[in-house]
Order: sequence, then structure tokens, then C-alpha cells
Amino acid sequence: MPLPDVREKWSGQINTVTLGATLEQGGTRSHTVTIGGHTTLPFLDFEGLTNPPVVAMEVLDIAPQDWPELLAEHYRDVWDDPAAWARKCVEEFGADLICLHLVGASPDHGARPPEGCRDVALAVAEAVSVPLIIWGCDEEKEDNRMIPVVSHALAGENCLIGMAPQDNYKTVTVSCLADHHAVLALSQLDINIAKQVNILVADMGFPVDRIVMYPTTAGLGYGFEYAYSIHERSRLAALAGDRMMMTPILCNIGTEAWKVHEAIDSEEEHPDWGALKERGPLWEATMATALLQSGADILIMRHPKAVAAVKQHIQDLMK
Amino acid sequence: MLVIGERINGMFRDVRRAIQRKDKEVVRDLARRQVEAGAQALDVNVGTASDEPVEAMLWLMEAIQEAVDARLCIDSAKEVVFEPALEACKGRPIINSTTGAQEKLDFFLPLAQKYDAELIALTIDEAGVPSTTEARVEIAMRILVAAMEQGLSPDALYIDPVVLPVSALQDQPACVLEAIGQFRQLASPPPHVVVGLSNISQNTTRRPLINRTMLVMAIAHGLDAAVMDPLDTELMDAMITAELLLNKHLYCDSFLEAYRK
Repeated sequence: MPLPDVREKWSGQINTVTLGATLEQGGTRSHTVTIGGHTTLPFLDFEGLTNPPVVAMEVLDIAPQDWPELLAEHYRDVWDDPAAWARKCVEEFGADLICLHLVGASPDHGARPPEGCRDVALAVAEAVSVPLIIWGCDEEKEDNRMIPVVSHALAGENCLIGMAPQDNYKTVTVSCLADHHAVLALSQLDINIAKQVNILVADMGFPVDRIVMYPTTAGLGYGFEYAYSIHERSRLAALAGDRMMMTPILCNIGTEAWKVHEAIDSEEEHPDWGALKERGPLWEATMATALLQSGADILIMRHPKAVAAVKQHIQDLMK
Repeated sequence: MLVIGERINGMFRDVRRAIQRKDKEVVRDLARRQVEAGAQALDVNVGTASDEPVEAMLWLMEAIQEAVDARLCIDSAKEVVFEPALEACKGRPIINSTTGAQEKLDFFLPLAQKYDAELIALTIDEAGVPSTTEARVEIAMRILVAAMEQGLSPDALYIDPVVLPVSALQDQPACVLEAIGQFRQLASPPPHVVVGLSNISQNTTRRPLINRTMLVMAIAHGLDAAVMDPLDTELMDAMITAELLLNKHLYCDSFLEAYRK
């Protein structure tokens, strides 16, 4: 008896989003990075097109105050200089993209003025040739002042810039439209709002195929499962033909993984949890590999060992 | 839900005049507006507007295909119209329609096969329009079996339970709704189910209200296509909302707009 054909045929396709621009394209990147384009669920290449996700490494514009020693030992020598930090991530750790997190603009972290943020962003753009993600300070007021200035300074580089949440999407969208960047659309673990934000951004005349969504992520337990199921449902809706959900998905792994007790608590506190040196990177890598299956297209990560393991894993899955 | 726009029909005065005066712009405009309003396919029916039904059909199709890329639903009471119309069709055609009468099936099934067309089949047989749910389902079953014998997949078939005016036959809408649900159980993959919606409200004073109430109930019973007026915005809104409530689209605050994007 012949085996029944169980392959799913989907009507939708995830948008192909290209980040970065070379000289010929009006930027200064050495190459571009393309994500999305899938016609089936992640890595099911017997069913359709499935393209490799990419790893962005996180660089802050100030020396991080709460990073555990396991991370600090890799970055302490460069974290006072974001350009050097970015270069290390690309040259030593193989980052596909750099995610510059402009935390320093926040009043809680020094209130760096927009022009200062711009100078940091330009220095990072100068130091590395991979495409960039520009992440604000997660304070609406400061982001609305700072993002237009940074966006304009990087005009033509085709960065991915965020955040665009439901109640504050206009400034980022207008800047990205004017300066030719992609928009990172934010929703807090809510699939309906994820769709709504995409519609709102698109309503401003912004091309849907230059939106990436960040439905937020969690590093443990119930929160993790919830995030996973939202990514998965988004992807299923998109493949079933929902055009407003066909945007690629970004997952912030580093921030979440390195908050979790299991990744950072000492061996004295938990002798039965195994060696901390392995446990931290392993937690980050495991969280990332799990979310790859939920449809993640861009992973933002921190620990070099976790990055190496996940990049290898992606390669193996794509074989 | 496959929305088949009903407006390009010689029964409407503007279309009738356009056919007689050879005014393509009227047809093109109706085609464009229906597609913009959400029709994925357009019904094309000369009706009684011309003594040259083949020529008039080809002229209508030409005008439409100059304006839009939508699929065409070739609708005629005259068999002679179909082959030349199917030849001229750019997208995958829909034939509107065969019935369950053997003679009709013998004509339309091979034609659908030859042109890779989808086929609307009315649950009417030699005895006419049935008045019960059971008789409709029985004819639908006969149509399905004949189609499968011909090698036509059930999902290339649109079974039409024949909607009759509520003003004349008030017991019929309930039978139609029940039949829709039963059609979907007849095969795997199930056949599509279509209605010619506007007939329900013939000779009533509240046509849009009756049309959209019927459409919503039919969708709840499993309807997945309708020949209807996409220019009726409230009708389209009701359809989108019905599908939303059946979990066919992902909710968001702008769900009407999202559907239309």
C-alpha cells in the first residue's frame, strides 16, 4: 500500500524582507541579509520553501549594569566602546547582524541626547559592515525624539528600527518611510494586537513587506509557552493566507534568557543544577533553538558560545 | 469565502443598455468596482439583452478582462455559449451552471474537464426544483457521483441548493440551510457550496437586510461561495464578521479593513 501524502499545501507566503544596503543600493554595508520567504512551517523543506533564520548580537550604547559575569568576561574589554563591541561580535563571534540597543537615551541610564545616540550609531555603522538593527531605549518620549535623528543619520542603510507599538507607531514609521528603513512592530504577547499594529503601520503607506514583528518573548515556563504559541499561530495564520500576518518574526533571546534563575544563579545556591559556566549559555541556546521551531526569523543573542551553537544548529537544520 | 460578483448581468438595466450600445466602459467600471469591493470572481450573464448570446458574451468578457484579472463565472441558459466563452477565458473559469439532470451532466462534466473549469451544479433534476432538504441532498449526491466518475474532483464542484424567494416560499430557506450543512458531509474533500443569494429577497421591501441575514446563516451552515452583490458594503461587512465569528480570520480591531487588504 502506498504511503499517504501528508504534505500540507499552504496558500500564503511569509514576506521576504531584506536588511542592509550595499554601496550600489545607497548604503555602506558589505552585504545584505534576507529573511522570510517561507511557504511552509520552519525547516519542513519537503513541503516548500523554508529559509535560514539569522542571529543578531546585542550591543548596548552604555556599559551594561546587570549583565552576569558569564557575559561580562566576554565583553568587559569593549563595553565602553560600542563600535569595538560591535566589531568583536562580528569578527570574533560571527554575528549576522548587530542590534544596537540605545539604552543610554533613557533618563534612568544617563539620558544621552539624540545627537549623542546618533554619533554612537554612526560609529557602530562605521565599525562593522553587517546590516544593523536599531533598538530604542523603550521609553516612548525619549525614543520619539531620538529615533528620527538616528534614522536620518543612517538614511539609506536599510536598518531595522524599533519599536512601533500600537499606541506609538507613527514616529518610527514616518522616519523609516522617509529614510528607507524597515519597521520593527511591537506587541506584548497578543496576536490580535500584533495584527493590528501591522495594519496601522501599513495604513500610513508603509510597505507591509518591510515590517518585521516583535511579538515579545519570554525565557521560561508558562511565558515561554505562551510566546511560542503566539509565534506559531501567527505563522499558521500567515500561511493560511492572512496577508497582515505575513511579516517575519524577531525574537529577543538574550535579554530574556539572562533574566532566568536557571541561567544565572550560582552553583552554591543550586548545587544540583550543574556547572554555571555551561548552564547559562545552554539556557540561551536552548531557548533560541526552541523558538526557531515557532517561526523565529531573527534571534537577538548575547553569549558567544550560545551564538555558535545556534548558528551550527541552523546550518544542520537547513541541510 | 469565494465572492462572485453578480452585477454584470443583462437583467440589470445598465448592463443591458451597455450590451446594446456596445459601451465597454460601463462594463469595465462594474468589473473594477466589484473587484475593489472584494469580488474574487465575476459572474458574466448576457440574459435576454441580445439576440446574439455568443457574441454578446465574448464582448462582455473582453471588456471585463481588459479591466481586471478576476476569475470569470460564465453564466448562461444557452449551452452554445459555453465552449467559445471557455476558450476566451484567461483565468481558471467557473461554469454557471449545470443541474443534476442527466442530459445536462453529460454536456457540462466533460466540458469542465476539458477546460479545467470549476462547475456550479444546481440541485435541480428532471422533476424540477425540489422542495425538501432530502431531495436536494439526493440530487447533490448524484451530481457528485457523476463528477467523480468523470474524474472531476469534488472540490472543483460548487453545489447550489437553489435559493428561492422567501416572499413566495417561506418554508424553503430553512431547507436550503439544512441542505448546505449536509452537502459538506457528502465527500472528502467536501464539495464547495454556493448560492445565488439575491434571489432570497425578490419581491420584498427589505432586500439588503434579508440578503445579509440569509448569507450569515448560510455561512454558519458551511457555505463557502456566493453569487452576490459585493457593492453592498453592509453585506460584505456581515460576511466578513460571520467568518470572523467562525474563527476563519484572526481578530484584530480593524478586522474589516484587514480582510479587505
